Amino acid sequence: MAGVSRLQYTPEIRIIRVMCSGRVDLAFVFRAFLNKMDGVYIGGCRLDECNYTTHGNYHALTMTLLAKRIMEHIGLYPERLRIEFMNASMGQYFAETVNEMVKKIKELGPVGVGEGMSEEELVRRIKEILRLVPYIKIVKREKLKTKLDKNSPESWNEFFTAEEIENLFKEIPSYYIEPEKCQACMTCARRCPVDAIDSKRGMVHVIDQDKCIKCGTCLDVCPPKFRAVTKLIGVNVPPPPPEEKRLIKREKEKEVA
Amino acid sequence: MDVPSVIEYAWRLPNVVHAQGQLFSCSTESTKQIMEAIKEHGLNRVIVAACTPRTHEPTFRDSLKEGGLNQYFFEFANIREHCSWVHSKEKEEATDKSKELLRMSLARALLLEPLQEFELPVDKRVLVIGGGISGMTCALSIASQGFDVYLIEKERELGGLARRIYYTIEGKDVQSYLRDLVKRVYSEPRIHVFLGAKILSATGYVGNFLTKIESERGVFEIRHGATVIATGAQEFKPNEYLYGQSDKVLTGLELEELIAKRDERVISAGAVVMIQCVGSRTEERNYCSRVCCSESVKNALKLKEINPNVDIYILFRDMRTYGFKEDYYREASKKGVRFIRYEPQKKPSVKLVKESGKELIRVTVFDPILEKTLEIDADLVSLAVAVIAPESNKEISLLYNAQLGPDDFFKEAHVKLRPVDFSTDGVYLCGIAHYPKHIDEAISQALGAAGRVITLISHDTVIASGSVCIVDEKRCMGCGACSEICTYGAIEIYETKQGKKARMNPVLCKGCGLCNSKCPTGAIQLQHYRDEQLFAQIDAANPEKEILEEVKKVAS
Repeated sequence: MAGVSRLQYTPEIRIIRVMCSGRVDLAFVFRAFLNKMDGVYIGGCRLDECNYTTHGNYHALTMTLLAKRIMEHIGLYPERLRIEFMNASMGQYFAETVNEMVKKIKELGPVGVGEGMSEEELVRRIKEILRLVPYIKIVKREKLKTKLDKNSPESWNEFFTAEEIENLFKEIPSYYIEPEKCQACMTCARRCPVDAIDSKRGMVHVIDQDKCIKCGTCLDVCPPKFRAVTKLIGVNVPPPPPEEKRLIKREKEKEVA
Repeated sequence: MDVPSVIEYAWRLPNVVHAQGQLFSCSTESTKQIMEAIKEHGLNRVIVAACTPRTHEPTFRDSLKEGGLNQYFFEFANIREHCSWVHSKEKEEATDKSKELLRMSLARALLLEPLQEFELPVDKRVLVIGGGISGMTCALSIASQGFDVYLIEKERELGGLARRIYYTIEGKDVQSYLRDLVKRVYSEPRIHVFLGAKILSATGYVGNFLTKIESERGVFEIRHGATVIATGAQEFKPNEYLYGQSDKVLTGLELEELIAKRDERVISAGAVVMIQCVGSRTEERNYCSRVCCSESVKNALKLKEINPNVDIYILFRDMRTYGFKEDYYREASKKGVRFIRYEPQKKPSVKLVKESGKELIRVTVFDPILEKTLEIDADLVSLAVAVIAPESNKEISLLYNAQLGPDDFFKEAHVKLRPVDFSTDGVYLCGIAHYPKHIDEAISQALGAAGRVITLISHDTVIASGSVCIVDEKRCMGCGACSEICTYGAIEIYETKQGKKARMNPVLCKGCGLCNSKCPTGAIQLQHYRDEQLFAQIDAANPEKEILEEVKKVAS
């Protein structure tokens, strides 16, 4: 309605259409900051007035609250992200909140610059978050599903705590295949959703830590008789054995014989 | 803004082979130009930088189809509602913004994929749940247009709440209307009535529902293309004002019955008190039951007609005899019916007293205008009780995915735009199951619902959008984050040799994309709004970056 009513608002905003605010992925928010967008405004339907039946706007709300805490964690002003709920008749509200937000962001300055962060550092931090989005979604799945009380927005801010986010990043796991235990059965490689496991017949499998999304599927599916996958928290992943030393024992013995 | 400079900018963008200006892109002449341009230049994507997809997307999609392109290769850049109209005093900024919006659209357009819409067969039969006035009216209207209707009613006779209503405030005879309606239903060969019916299960979707019912006639499986929910409502039974303890305290409908039967207690009554808003507009039921003000005025006028000397007091919070029913409120006033306001924090109280051997109900009420407490001795007290939703609404809501409002009445998809539809396709709503309403309102709505049903079942097929989610099984880790949030039940998790995987039923998917945002691995993608399409759009907002190169990489 802001458009049809020709309500004037500040021209900095670029609107991207999605069918439901629930479609706004945590990754979209950080992708925008990576592209030097100084703020992200999410417009959703009014709470409890879902056009679908999924109430995706409640999910967008928890995602936003989580994203704000993560922004704080990496040193960005959380005010750069804002969610507003409105219906089609609330053009005036849209215009006002956009103006208000743009004004605020102009005070904060450009993303990273306003925070006194070098461009390289900003990109590095955001890329790290983008890499961890799958892990964050898995760990915070239950909480992100919560339908918050729409009548007490003042309590929303406390829904995710700084300490919680601290722990979230402290407990990032890595998955590692122990070369002595791996029997090259290829189960983990077949089941890895992102093809992050280098597997060759008769060769110790290796997890590509850059591709790994930390879902833990490999740990779950490694046959109990091998138990070759381990979850490491807070320690560095040992480097994989060099290519020529990956032949597993069984095969080596055969060769000798 | 400076349109020629935007067109000139478009020419400079990569992958653009044709750009032109049009005065009214949606006009017949302009859409023809688009079709011709597609053929002439062998275009495989079309972007219209103009107005809003909300109104004009279908037009341009048709142009693409006619030009021989998949319609999902169309992209809109809204440079009117999102730009020129809202920045009309900032020409330069608006022009720049238009260019950026166009660039963003282009980035997305390059990644668009052709999608197929699919046709679903439509079963021509209709299930109407509830055999009250609304259900019967709706069924008759559908049947008279040549379609079979299964009308199921939980009671052992048709009529619903109207069986207890004898006349309307306008003086119409409800019982004879009802008898006639029931007769017409039974003499309509296309209506199949099931009494004493209970729904055992319901599955399916628009055009293809399967409902299993148990009724007096046995257990049946009904296949139907549309469902109408006309389950009606109930009278609230209060536990205040001595209701249930004294036979002098009645509900409005109970009083109406006594009046209709010319009961001795009514004829001989010297004073009658009516208390409004009993059980409505309270903390527990924070809604107005809408019909009870008119019901009380109607009963008061009828009482005055039988016995002009009767004293009638209506204790109200706000009289809401809306519309032309206000005339009857005035008439009642003129005839000496006394309206006394009470405040919710000072509700009237009642007690049983004996005055010269006669049992009476003494009603005590504080009148905030007189600032005095009044005592009225009444022979009868009538309570304007709330209209409440039946307990079974919850069950039916789950069976057909029909939404309930906060008070357990059914809730339409949109108050103005889709007033008799549910957000679940193929399910419609009418009557007092929606919210308390008068008979004439219920009839209008029933006819409206019948119209919407016919709109669906007069077609042999329905088209389902191509913009639905799909699952890449290889990427799926079977975590179930998607299926647990999909309230349409479109996603199921099933066992495969490679572990649990999500499976999509595209017919049930409504394309909101919430599952896409929940999926940790990106295995589930909302087509037309895929991650990489939206990422491309976000990236293209960045003026510094040669994003289009990256997009081209992904596209290839």
